[in-house]
Amino acid sequence: MKEIRIHARAGQGAITTATILGYAYFIEGKFPYAFPNFGAARMGAPMNAFVRVDNKPVRLRSQIYEPDYLLISDATLLRGFNCFKGFKDNGIAIINEHEDFPIPEHKPAQQIYVVPAQAIAMETIGRPLSNTALLGAFVAATSELKLDSLLESIKHRFSGKAAEQNLLAARKGYDYIVPKKTAQPKKALAVAK
Amino acid sequence: MRELLEGSEAVAEAVRLCKPGVVSAYPITPQTHIVEGLAAMIADGKFTSQFVNVESEHSAASVVLGSVATGVRSFTATSSQGLLLMAEVVFNIAGMRLPVIMTCANRAISAPLNIWNDHQDAITVRDSGWIQMHAENIQEALDLHIQAYRIGESPKIMLPVMVNMDGFILTHGLEVVDVPTQAQVDSFLPAYTPLYKLDVNNPLTFGPLVDPDYYMEARYAIHQTHKDVLKLIPLVKDEFQKVFGRPTGGLIEGYRIDDAEKVIVAMGSVCGTIKDVVDSLRSKGKKVGLLKIITYRPFPADAIYQALKDIPKVAVLEKAVSLGSYSPVLTEIRSAFSKPEGSGLASYSQSHGKKKSPVISGFVIGLGGRDITIDSIKEVYKRLGPKPISEEYIDLKPELLEEHI
Repeated sequence: MKEIRIHARAGQGAITTATILGYAYFIEGKFPYAFPNFGAARMGAPMNAFVRVDNKPVRLRSQIYEPDYLLISDATLLRGFNCFKGFKDNGIAIINEHEDFPIPEHKPAQQIYVVPAQAIAMETIGRPLSNTALLGAFVAATSELKLDSLLESIKHRFSGKAAEQNLLAARKGYDYIVPKKTAQPKKALAVAK
Repeated sequence: MRELLEGSEAVAEAVRLCKPGVVSAYPITPQTHIVEGLAAMIADGKFTSQFVNVESEHSAASVVLGSVATGVRSFTATSSQGLLLMAEVVFNIAGMRLPVIMTCANRAISAPLNIWNDHQDAITVRDSGWIQMHAENIQEALDLHIQAYRIGESPKIMLPVMVNMDGFILTHGLEVVDVPTQAQVDSFLPAYTPLYKLDVNNPLTFGPLVDPDYYMEARYAIHQTHKDVLKLIPLVKDEFQKVFGRPTGGLIEGYRIDDAEKVIVAMGSVCGTIKDVVDSLRSKGKKVGLLKIITYRPFPADAIYQALKDIPKVAVLEKAVSLGSYSPVLTEIRSAFSKPEGSGLASYSQSHGKKKSPVISGFVIGLGGRDITIDSIKEVYKRLGPKPISEEYIDLKPELLEEHI
């Protein structure tokens, strides 16, 4: 079983992110359980979405406290609280780049990837919707899924121009990480910016 | 066909396959996505039905009361305050013996205002005459709606059914589900043929004023019918399995209870978490199990008695309270182990003579969406000792109860 925790603000599309990720796992024959947790139910409030995935149906219904993977859609959340709480010692985190918010302290075997997902989104979609770029980076960083499964899932979710733009964003997110992933020896994967 | 669906989408699909002629509801979190989905299907021409927009839940319930009274299969859905606003009509629907089917996306009750999950809404109307069933996961939520029409519309029953699914956890979660084909549903669920209906050519009165000479028998009759429901539900489960290949439904489900020393009794999605904890504790040699209540009304006291009578320690874990008394499910399970005084309750809890009875404890958990973790469940098993516990709360924060004036 793998557990993914997404940190975002309400309105940034974290549920869509979890849904697309869940569907990509579904395409590969896995059993995802994707679910949100709202704090204050209003735009901009910090919230989480989760994906718990296994080779058999997931029964556990609690939130995710010890994630294997973190997706931090909005780096300004690093200021308010500890997004790394419970993060597995050998976990992988993908952070949407924000120059004012450096990478938090973390354990040596944890791999942290900072991705200019917002810049990619502005370039491909024209709006700061970073989710698909982050997911492309997630696939490259974790090797959990085939890129094709993610692209298929994006096509399932979006149509027409939105599909094209998001497919491009996902590819760019993926391509940004691939050289960083292969360039890093196992032990020195701490910060790959 | 296997699909990855949000719980609300899955229920909307199930309802569409059951072909209700009228859908009426008022939006309330976390139920809204279900009727949003149905409204979209109707607007897009994928589902032929009449969606009646209303200004409140009271009106939504009144619309489906009226539409089923005219002989048309109908559907509504609500949560929490919406169910409370419906309450007057909810009792009327059962009293008029109308098989309305409703989803209750279970949510806490105000005040304080809270949109998250617990079972206080459904429990509040437990005595209304409705059949109440609880889903553990999204597949069960989907399946139970199909069964609900079959059970409620059975000519020997003619009662409304509330399918409960945990708000957010199931309504807003996505899981892999098997969506049945229209042919499968059609073969399991015939068109609704009402025993009686409003018809200008054959005028009838529904829910008239009855004086003390008649009222009591109307209530007694519903109570008696609930005993027939206890017999029907296992048969419907068997037939469902024949058509759909899944063992969804029934009164209760035992999970690794045969040689168990400690068993938790629970309803709804928390049963999944408990099953994981059971497997984990079993792998360490601890003899623990789960008894899931699927049908809460009618209360399957006999089935519960048979399942638990040889278990030394039982924990009733509930997401509901009866403020000022012991918790509702705890009270009922304890009563299942006491000899009934009157004959009226005989088939709910046949005279078992109290020869054997577990030590039955009660725990309140997860009110207002407080997260139920693996540790929460382990704590319940841990607290089960030789003496019964009646009103312990799991994961309570004592620091919030201190006075700060």
